[in-house]
Amino acid sequence: MDLELKDMPGQLVLALQPISEFGGNIVSVLHHRDKKTPRGLIPVQITFEIDGEKLEGLINRMKSDGITIAQVGEDRLREKAIVILIGHIIHSDIRDTIDRIDSTGYAEVKDLAVSMPGVDQHSAARMVINATGEKEMQKAIQLLRDTAHEKNLLMIESI
Amino acid sequence: MKKVPILIIGFGVIGSGVARVISEKKEVIRSKYGIDFELVGIGEHNGCVVCPEGIDPMEAHKLKQEGALNRHPCWKSGMNSIDLIKEVGADIVIEATPTNINSGEPGLSHMMTAFNAKKHVVTSNKGPLAVAFQKLRKMAEKNGVHFRFEASVGGAMPVLNLVRETLQANDILGIEGILNGTCNYILTRMSTEGLPYEHVLSEAQELGIAEADPTYDVEGIDTACKLVILANAIFGMNVSYKGVDVTGITQITPEALKLASDDGYVIKLIGEIQDENRPRVAPRLVPKDHPLAVGGTLNVISLRTDLAGEITITGRGAGAVETSSSILSDLISVCEA
Repeated sequence: MDLELKDMPGQLVLALQPISEFGGNIVSVLHHRDKKTPRGLIPVQITFEIDGEKLEGLINRMKSDGITIAQVGEDRLREKAIVILIGHIIHSDIRDTIDRIDSTGYAEVKDLAVSMPGVDQHSAARMVINATGEKEMQKAIQLLRDTAHEKNLLMIESI
Repeated sequence: MKKVPILIIGFGVIGSGVARVISEKKEVIRSKYGIDFELVGIGEHNGCVVCPEGIDPMEAHKLKQEGALNRHPCWKSGMNSIDLIKEVGADIVIEATPTNINSGEPGLSHMMTAFNAKKHVVTSNKGPLAVAFQKLRKMAEKNGVHFRFEASVGGAMPVLNLVRETLQANDILGIEGILNGTCNYILTRMSTEGLPYEHVLSEAQELGIAEADPTYDVEGIDTACKLVILANAIFGMNVSYKGVDVTGITQITPEALKLASDDGYVIKLIGEIQDENRPRVAPRLVPKDHPLAVGGTLNVISLRTDLAGEITITGRGAGAVETSSSILSDLISVCEA
């Protein structure tokens, strides 16, 4: 989140306080005193983790406190996991396998590499999954486990 | 000098290997610990060697190598090991008969007989431990004798003794590792050479790394049994082999290993106990620079502890001399306890 703060005491605290009040976890704060804007405001870049549902409330609160929010960027899928599948991956409808993850709303298949040694032989696939958080990743992995079991695929998870 | 009479039940690769190492290390054990292990009986499936004055362990080892233990002057044909344990005066019984994970026999009866006869037991045999761990532990306790089984998990690697004697103040939160050298060898070779499973398996069989019937190793059963022992001994669980989720390595393809490798991973058969979850054996992706990513026939165990953090030990998981190292460590520790 990029903010622009007035050059007077207490402004940074005013900006950071609501983040913790809304249950956010501040990862880093960059305070660019040397890069004042033409209006004389100080750019501040804050990175924090927060429950997606609470973000809007936080933004409204900060605005009502008189803080200028220049930009909000969201990295929604923070968790990454890699799995390998072995079996008849294509013929057990790989599109459906991917759809089941993508349709959760909290996880997506981000990368897929498939190796097919020959007709009738087992294929192997390496799948990268991203999810919004740790719990969501566990749910996505469990979903993939169940799918692999149903489609008779061997799923290899990382330690 | 403290004379400690011992019996060895099961005089195969491990049992006769222990006899050899006891003979070779005799002077060291005497001078360092003041202990003189005296072999007074050997139990085999077709008879026993009984000699209360002491059997020369090296002589017995050599006779066994020649397949001629029955030519030993003290050989008693047809005598069974149960009677040997009951009747011959000894402090410690080394149980090294072949593993049977379904019934635990004959090791289970040997151990129970030894406990009832107030004899300590040191063993490498996973079968009885996988079948009746808590029962055996309670029997040993009731009879006031020691029960040690370091050699049953990870061969030479000192994992149980490490936890008992060195990490006393730690809570062990989790354990994961490679507990089967055969699987590790197969996966390592498949990965580095790009060879199919069947090919590497035959190679391993020719080298004597895999058995003629490799099921026990490659289906993850051996790893699961070791995990059961760790779960019961370290976590105080009461699980048997049936309480473990097991997937082996037979479906792993060179293509899967290549895909893993391209992204910086190797595939290893990992046994894992985390918190209260069911112990699990499955092929897993391990980052190439992770402490668990050891190659060849090596074993490795990583312990997650509350005070010491992660502790990882690696070493040889099989072999007569390596396993004897653990058995001897248990023998000495029983004498010093």
